[in-house]
Amino acid sequence: MPPVLVVPAVLGLAFLVVPLIGLLAKAPWSTLPQRLTSPEVLDALELSLVCATLATVLCVLMGVPLAWVLARGDIPGRGFIRALVTVPLVLPPVVGGAALLFALGRRGPVGQVLDDWFGVSLPFTTAGVVVAEAFVAMPFLVISVEGALRAADPRFEEAAATLGASRWYAFRRVTLPSVAPGVVAGTVLCWARALGEFGATITFAGNFPEKTTTMPLAVYLALETDPEAAIVLSVVLLAVSVAVLASLRERWIGG
Amino acid sequence: MRRLVAALVSVGLLVAGCSESSTGSGGTPTGSSAPGTGVTGTVTVFAAASLTESFTRIGKDFEAANPGVKVTFNFAGSSALAQQITQGAPVDVFASAAPANMQQVADAVSPTAFARNKLEIAVPQGNPGKVAGLKDFADAGKKIALCAEQVPCGAAAKKVFTAAGITAAPDTLEQDVKAALTKVRLGEVDAALVYRTDVKAAGASVEGIEFPEADKAVNDYPIAALKKAPNAKGAKAFVDYVLSDKGKSVLADAGFAAA
Amino acid sequence: MTLDAHVRTGRGTFEADVPLLVQPGETVALLGPNGAGKTTVLRALAGLLPLRSGHIRLNTTWDEPPSTFVPPERRAVGVVFQDYLLFPHMPVLENVAFGLRARGVNREAARRAARAQLDAVDLTPYADARPRELSGGQAQRVALARALVTHPDLLLLDEPLSALDAGTRPRVRAELGRHLREFPGCAVLVTHDPLDAMVLADRLVVVEGGRITQSGEPAVIARKPATDYVAHLVGLNLLRGQADGTAVALDTGGTLIVAEPAAGPVHAAFPPTAISLHPERPSGSPRNTWEVAVAGMEQHAHTVRLHLDGAPSVVAEVTPAVIAELGLAPGTRVWAALKATEIQTYPRA
Repeated sequence: MPPVLVVPAVLGLAFLVVPLIGLLAKAPWSTLPQRLTSPEVLDALELSLVCATLATVLCVLMGVPLAWVLARGDIPGRGFIRALVTVPLVLPPVVGGAALLFALGRRGPVGQVLDDWFGVSLPFTTAGVVVAEAFVAMPFLVISVEGALRAADPRFEEAAATLGASRWYAFRRVTLPSVAPGVVAGTVLCWARALGEFGATITFAGNFPEKTTTMPLAVYLALETDPEAAIVLSVVLLAVSVAVLASLRERWIGG
Repeated sequence: MRRLVAALVSVGLLVAGCSESSTGSGGTPTGSSAPGTGVTGTVTVFAAASLTESFTRIGKDFEAANPGVKVTFNFAGSSALAQQITQGAPVDVFASAAPANMQQVADAVSPTAFARNKLEIAVPQGNPGKVAGLKDFADAGKKIALCAEQVPCGAAAKKVFTAAGITAAPDTLEQDVKAALTKVRLGEVDAALVYRTDVKAAGASVEGIEFPEADKAVNDYPIAALKKAPNAKGAKAFVDYVLSDKGKSVLADAGFAAA
Repeated sequence: MTLDAHVRTGRGTFEADVPLLVQPGETVALLGPNGAGKTTVLRALAGLLPLRSGHIRLNTTWDEPPSTFVPPERRAVGVVFQDYLLFPHMPVLENVAFGLRARGVNREAARRAARAQLDAVDLTPYADARPRELSGGQAQRVALARALVTHPDLLLLDEPLSALDAGTRPRVRAELGRHLREFPGCAVLVTHDPLDAMVLADRLVVVEGGRITQSGEPAVIARKPATDYVAHLVGLNLLRGQADGTAVALDTGGTLIVAEPAAGPVHAAFPPTAISLHPERPSGSPRNTWEVAVAGMEQHAHTVRLHLDGAPSVVAEVTPAVIAELGLAPGTRVWAALKATEIQTYPRA
């Protein structure tokens, strides 16, 4: 292997791993078990897992069709729409959360309608956490699914059409299975992003234990007074996400 | 090169001194922050987020009074700042929103209280939630934002509620006072407990309501130069300037009470 | 049940304009060079490319701009694509059953029919295999089974043998021929291989530059090519001229004496092997002789193809012995001789 590749690769890996080691070295291992089983940690962890999963489901339901339209649809201004989709990637999450408040908050145009017609108010609710996480995480899904769809041969859809398949049937039985690895990869990324989401969540959904305090919020607040607790929470977040990502990749993407 | 810079700075100081005396509008400079004391370079100040507006102004005034000196600020939550300082951030001055955070910084040289702040009820313009006083914070039907207990404004709020015998029913515990205020400003909550200075800084979009229990949780702001200050002279000069009448008048304008 | 089509469509400025009539049970081959518009016609018939004008009718109207367009999934077509396009994530049986499932047949019935169709192409043991485990010939048969399982009125085959290696081609070709003869509907085959076209089709339609340049029975076309492309395909020299009795004045200069008298514009065709080469002008029997220069030489299996410049320019095929004897090299001048009886003349349009 050429050193011109190996040296930066090793540096890159070290760059990613060293902060992790710092975190683990600081962890209060002796008190870890009782800290882990404290109700605050368990509540935050449960809320995080539930919200990230619901947000991911939301992203898949909306994001896969969106990716399909971007990859296959014959629509004007596709490049512009694609750029719009990536906005949450570049927007600071706090701004994203504020933008959600402007739109879906009590005084926002959509939020007002939701409130008046359905009595639904998203800010400061668990549903709000899901919305904030989905907003930030969806581009990850759309981009990777769209990439997979564009790489997939559209002639398979044509073949399905000549065999009598409607576009929906062809999408379900031919297109989707052929891009499954891309969808899984996108879903995993999306879930991981949702799990770690902080800025948009605290801005849009606020922070209240058992309702909107997810792990990252708990970590941030714990840092204020009890850095050890923050480290414990972070280690838990880390362990859960590494375990889930590793197992999913193993199963679906073949390592 | 360094000699050249020093020469230019001294020329600058001379010119500044002349112009000030010639216009005669500068007032009487007090203490060691007077021009010509040899303060140079950059003064790095870590200050509580609630000091953002007032310290930015003080910094400008200080720079005007000490030509050639540059003040750079890092505004953030006091505890985060205290942590950065103990981790070795190169800081000259630390101004905290609570004595507790100042105590975490072993390096602080004789902290002095320079201002005090107290809580006020912040409501959106026009008070749509019809909040009258502290007891409305127990109303589950109203949307309420408080600071999280881990941050100073949250700790103060807790003291106030204990003193008033009220169990608050907040919808969210914000990570800092500015976040709580933002929720008020956007009308997402009917009321929040924030500092007087924050209400004042928010301008017309937020209205403040004073309440008697606020006196139970008066918050002293300590300031100190740091032992390892890279610019020790500058640090001292800045602290003295904040404690001077000029500094106090800026702080009073921002809604702080004198310590 | 007759396919009645006038396909006028294309991409950008290219437009194919191909009228086509195919009887039930008949197989028509669209033969033409790459880019001639054969696949465009096929895609239009399948419904993958809408017509710009013209019509496609089979029982009902499938496409007639601007009023009617039936999408592919509602046409009774079956398509065998060039690289088969078997769905890689489905077992062979599911691939074959796909067309029935898509049309709402229940799983059990669809599988039964698919199994029977697989049996017809002798691939029953491969029902549970994935497409990537099949050989090229097997994949082609699965593609055919998949297209036939819905009993389409129109079967379309796009270069069905081009993905196969030379070894398996003859066997697969023969088998495909058998299936096509048994197929009761209309079949349209696109190919650029004359042998495939000759063996598989009842009728050839030669398409060049989006237009039909010749059509008819394979044997007739093989003997009497009307264009240089077809002549080249069937390995004949093709010359054009004005006949006056047994003399044909060639358009490119020179005169040929032919055996059968004719009049007016004619094609004159003869195989490259009919040309013999001589160091001197030969005399004697009734033959055409003219001087040529060797312009190019190509080695084939046991013969050498010579491109000869002269009046007329022709292609000749000789043995390596002749090359050695005459000391032929590019630029060498020799005499060409051609018997009048070797030349086919037929009128041209």
